[in-house]
Amino acid sequence: MKKLQCVVVAALLVAGVLLQGQTVEGPIRIGFLVPLSGPYAQNGRDILNGFLLLLDEIGYRAGGREIQLLAEDTEGIPAVALTKARKLVESDGVHLMAGGLLSSTGYALAPYIDSMQIPMVYPVVSADDLTQRRGSKWIVRTGYTGSQPNHPFGDYAYHTLGYRTIATIALDYSFGWESVGGFQRTFEEAGGRVTQQMWTPVSVHDFAPYLAQISRNVDAVYALFLGRATLQFMRQYEEYGLKDRIPLIGAGTTTDEHALPFMGDEALGVITALHYSAALDSPANRAFVSAYRARYNKLASYYAESMYSGGKWVIAAIEALDGQVDDREVLLNALRAARLTDLPRGSVELDAYGNPIENVYVRRVDRVNGELQNTVIDTFPRVSQFWNYNPAEYLAQPLYAR
Amino acid sequence: MTYLITQTLNGLFSAALLFLIASGLTLAFGVMRIVNIAHGSFYMLGVYVAYSVVLRTGSLLLGALAAIVVVGSLGFVMQRFFLRRFGSDPLAQMMMTMGFALLFRDGALMIWGGDAFTLQYPPGLSGSMEAGEVVFPLYRLFVIFVAGLVGVALWLVNEKTLIGARLRATVDDPEMASATGINVALLSGLVFAAGAGLAAFGGVMGGPILGGYAGIDFDLLPLAFVVVIVGGMGSLKGAVAGSVVVGMIDNFGKALVPELSYFTLFAPMVLVLAIRPRGLYGRA
Repeated sequence: MKKLQCVVVAALLVAGVLLQGQTVEGPIRIGFLVPLSGPYAQNGRDILNGFLLLLDEIGYRAGGREIQLLAEDTEGIPAVALTKARKLVESDGVHLMAGGLLSSTGYALAPYIDSMQIPMVYPVVSADDLTQRRGSKWIVRTGYTGSQPNHPFGDYAYHTLGYRTIATIALDYSFGWESVGGFQRTFEEAGGRVTQQMWTPVSVHDFAPYLAQISRNVDAVYALFLGRATLQFMRQYEEYGLKDRIPLIGAGTTTDEHALPFMGDEALGVITALHYSAALDSPANRAFVSAYRARYNKLASYYAESMYSGGKWVIAAIEALDGQVDDREVLLNALRAARLTDLPRGSVELDAYGNPIENVYVRRVDRVNGELQNTVIDTFPRVSQFWNYNPAEYLAQPLYAR
Repeated sequence: MTYLITQTLNGLFSAALLFLIASGLTLAFGVMRIVNIAHGSFYMLGVYVAYSVVLRTGSLLLGALAAIVVVGSLGFVMQRFFLRRFGSDPLAQMMMTMGFALLFRDGALMIWGGDAFTLQYPPGLSGSMEAGEVVFPLYRLFVIFVAGLVGVALWLVNEKTLIGARLRATVDDPEMASATGINVALLSGLVFAAGAGLAAFGGVMGGPILGGYAGIDFDLLPLAFVVVIVGGMGSLKGAVAGSVVVGMIDNFGKALVPELSYFTLFAPMVLVLAIRPRGLYGRA
């Protein structure tokens, strides 16, 4: 018996040595942070699903090395996100990190990321200043800033939609302020006027007290909501007879595909702007949307696309370095230099501040084959976070706030 | 004037929904002294169960019945096999309901996913009513009406039936009630189940407007607690009064000073407690 044990141990040792010889480099470890429980769990899952779809497509290999995904649940709480980031960086030894959903988490992680000098990809976090006045060297944003799609959209509302007066109603936090701020700036510079502004606390679930106050004399209402709040708002906007009286426009999340399939006719005709639409008619997007639907039996939201594309970004950088990602500075430069031409949303490259220059799509909700979709009715090509402004002058002005 | 009428009706709608949730909460407290943190979960599970049934059968009525039965039974089991073990230890009971709330929250996430949804309107109630300048949704009027019916029914049961008499006796003095032959244990289970079913029904009634989503359980719970505390714990009359007060104040507060929405909600509670520590209709 003892002899047998010795043989087994010896065999294992030999096998271990042999195996080690085969994989000199070991896998590339990617730390991943999103909320997988709590109120934001589904957004987090959409983001994770986009990444998993991509990793499956490439067989978990890039640059000749295996890719290992270490996903952690932030619960949507900044302090938890920070703890999980520490674990990923200091005990798991990841090569880079990706993820994030809420601006609060995005800002909370930034100082830690900088202090550890670990490359971090933000596919969704859209807080303007992360790539502006409070930019971080180690954060690469592959998503957008809150104001980015709204700059062209304000212009569009005045010139193409012909609106002159608008009332805004938006969630009362940075994402709302930045989106509305960007819209208001270009809309008013074009000659329009925002005559009424309402901010709703994020805890509100019944918008009736606000809806009763909306002025009936405006040309349109601009709304920014997401998740359950956008379902509730759209429903209640129709309930109070406003839908037939005042056209509704808004930020991209208001009609994003994470909520759109759960809406009814109340969403029809609403016009919004974002850097993505699942109805975008390009080969890359059609392939992505149908693969996503086949795997998850769901319409791809912008959250899913964001991480699918953010993942492509990471993979492109790894490929460019032939898998030699151990020097963080080199990896960061590769991430910043990447330029992707065939993402579902189109062609994207980063500006000098680490934020994408990308198309902004104006979308209108239509019903096609029984399903609601964001039909693209206009495209602003290659929009930067600074729109047509000079970056230095833009940054000299304060951040959009309420 | 238009504005005032619309906002008053809005306030009444909030009150109606709150009453459906808070009446169960206050009854459970009256009979068992249980501070039920999982009460918001009953509301949430009500919407989710109804949603599943509506998806399969297309009938909101069936959905509502299923929600009441399923969640009511769940409440009964919870009281009978778990909460009763901690008979007279309110802290342990509260912690246990907290545990259940977390369990229900993660369970719902696992079963139904985290996507938000809304329920359909009952047939014929999707439009709005117009009287002069006032535009008010039909469905909200319907909810106010239904909550009124529920209130009257609860009052009748409580004041005019034998079971109501036993209930009032138990609220006043559980030990004496038990000594006179009232099966307090069974009564407690039934009251808890009825409260759970009422909250689930509230969830279905709110479903077409507020929908269901991860987190709705704890969104409405604080409001329901304010109602119960303002009205007086254990008092049905208090639940009515508390709902109207909180519904109105919450609504007008949000309309007039949205930045202070939590202040306008909790300030009246503090005020009431300062003057009447047991709430408007609470007993010493």
